[in-house]
Amino acid sequence: MKELSASELGRRLLHLLLSLFILLCVTFVIGRVLPADPVGAIVGELADPAAYEAMRTRLGLDLPLYQQFFIYLNNLLHGDFGTAILTGNPVSQDLSRAFPATLELATLAVLISTFVGVPLGLAAALFRDTFIDKIARVVSLVGHSIPVFWFGIVGLVVFYATLNWVGGPGRVDVYYEGIVTPATGLLLVDSLLEGETEIFWNALSHIILPAIILAYAAMAYITRMTRSFTLEQLGQDYVIAARAKGVGPARTVVSHVLPNIAVQLITVLAISYGNLLEGAVVTEIVFSWPGIGQYMTNALMIGDMNAILAATIVVGLVFMLLNFIADIASAILDPRTREATR
Amino acid sequence: MSQVLHNDAIVKPPGILARLQASAGRTIRKLAEEPLGMAGFLILAMLVVVAVFAPLISPYGPNVQMLSDALKPPSLAHLAGTDEFGRDIVSRLVWGTRITIQTVLSVSVIVGPVGLIIGVVAGFFGGRTDAILMRATDIVLSFPSLILALAFAAALGAGLNTAIIAISLTAWPPIARLARAESLVVRNADYVAAARLYGASPVRILLLYIAPMCIPSVIVRLTLNMAGIILTAASLGFLGLGAQPPSPEWGAMISSGRKFMLDYWWVAVMPGIAILLTSLAFNIVGDTLRDLLDPRHARS
Repeated sequence: MKELSASELGRRLLHLLLSLFILLCVTFVIGRVLPADPVGAIVGELADPAAYEAMRTRLGLDLPLYQQFFIYLNNLLHGDFGTAILTGNPVSQDLSRAFPATLELATLAVLISTFVGVPLGLAAALFRDTFIDKIARVVSLVGHSIPVFWFGIVGLVVFYATLNWVGGPGRVDVYYEGIVTPATGLLLVDSLLEGETEIFWNALSHIILPAIILAYAAMAYITRMTRSFTLEQLGQDYVIAARAKGVGPARTVVSHVLPNIAVQLITVLAISYGNLLEGAVVTEIVFSWPGIGQYMTNALMIGDMNAILAATIVVGLVFMLLNFIADIASAILDPRTREATR
Repeated sequence: MSQVLHNDAIVKPPGILARLQASAGRTIRKLAEEPLGMAGFLILAMLVVVAVFAPLISPYGPNVQMLSDALKPPSLAHLAGTDEFGRDIVSRLVWGTRITIQTVLSVSVIVGPVGLIIGVVAGFFGGRTDAILMRATDIVLSFPSLILALAFAAALGAGLNTAIIAISLTAWPPIARLARAESLVVRNADYVAAARLYGASPVRILLLYIAPMCIPSVIVRLTLNMAGIILTAASLGFLGLGAQPPSPEWGAMISSGRKFMLDYWWVAVMPGIAILLTSLAFNIVGDTLRDLLDPRHARS
């Protein structure tokens, strides 16, 4: 393991900031330039011209575009995303409440998909062209093709309404709501911190189905990538040497191959995590999960651009941060990639 | 300068049509040994036929309401049952293939050439052009595409065209990267050097000697992406941002069937199966094409 040089880190940070800046430009264009009449959207079509002008000035739309952009950036830097029409709260406050719910769901999903996907991919590569490999291929093909919202609806009907194995929509049953004071915002963690095991189990029964369904698509991707990384390694000399000195197939894979594909896997896992945050949007609708996805969709219904853009920026930022962390991690763990990237 | 000499001397790569024809012939012969891939191709072919002949195939009109027949379970008269307005679900699914195919084709027609040109220009010219174009590509690649599509659709107003534009805006980077990688290999080939020696302009080399070589792999990549495009489009439809009612878009059908899920499961389940089968077919076909056309990949 080598240290990452400061200039290298600085360069990557610069790229991150550039990406973020462009994301902000894009959201600015979406929010301020594309809508034909943002003022009319707020005051209504029949508003009298004086009120229209007043709102136009209040929104700062009478200023030149570059000044508007500057004000927009300045507000964002101060954490001011504007006010949400739906709740009347500042958007930042709404988001800080919704984000932990999404984070909890996506984190559990990424754990599930990793702990199922990586072993499955390893097994598929090790027992190539056998029954296991075929199962893994079908599982990941379907995972790449299934509409996650539909899968969620079907899962809800089968496992909640019919079999009653899991909790229904929402994060907990109604009568448990509001008991736990949010410390981290992650209900599973908070309930344990307060020693409310009953709530913990209830919350777990609620999160498990959406998490599994969300995890499935990511698992398909992780399985597929693990399989192809492993297959690349299995032909290498060091694997043949290990086998020749009498190391069993399972041990070869776990203690010789796995460390060698770890670097590539980290990137895959980071990408999956980002995709899961995104996939959570439609999953949350189906499971009435009070996260960013549901917040964003509710805002979409009434055309609340402040809330939509803030959610876009937050998810985009997390997405980019994950990419950045994966980048750094692979550079630290694998000195080869440091030279390879220009 | 005599034209004859030129025609003799210029080393021309084989024509694009001839090459496509040759590789298509090879592909079809190899395909016979791949039952799963064959099945994928058959499903896709069927989809296209269904989309083209929708008026002839569908037993009822897609928007014909028979309120007396509302929410009937699957039967001989209505193979997939009816929805809350008594519309025949099979007919709606059949007409919905048109929307799906239209979405997939439109996105591909936009994304393919855009990605190809950006990638080929970056790969061929290299240097600063390459750095700038690829940085832009990486940045768009690091955007959360569904979320961005949602925001676009929200700003431009919901509708099928908005959905197509929104998906296209975030779908070109993988194509550009691929085209760049391909052109990096091709630009050093002997026939390109020969063309340059004979004075072909950079633009001519780019368009006639390099871009055509990248087209087959771009097509494969597009096929693989189509499953993702279908899922994104269905998600947008499900959220009410795609084709608007009463048009029989599959995602929107699931969204409206969701309300009756507990008692009338078929309303939401049937369109989901249609989406699943279609994107499964695209995935299988994409995989198979890649294995068949790209020998490097098939080995691993």
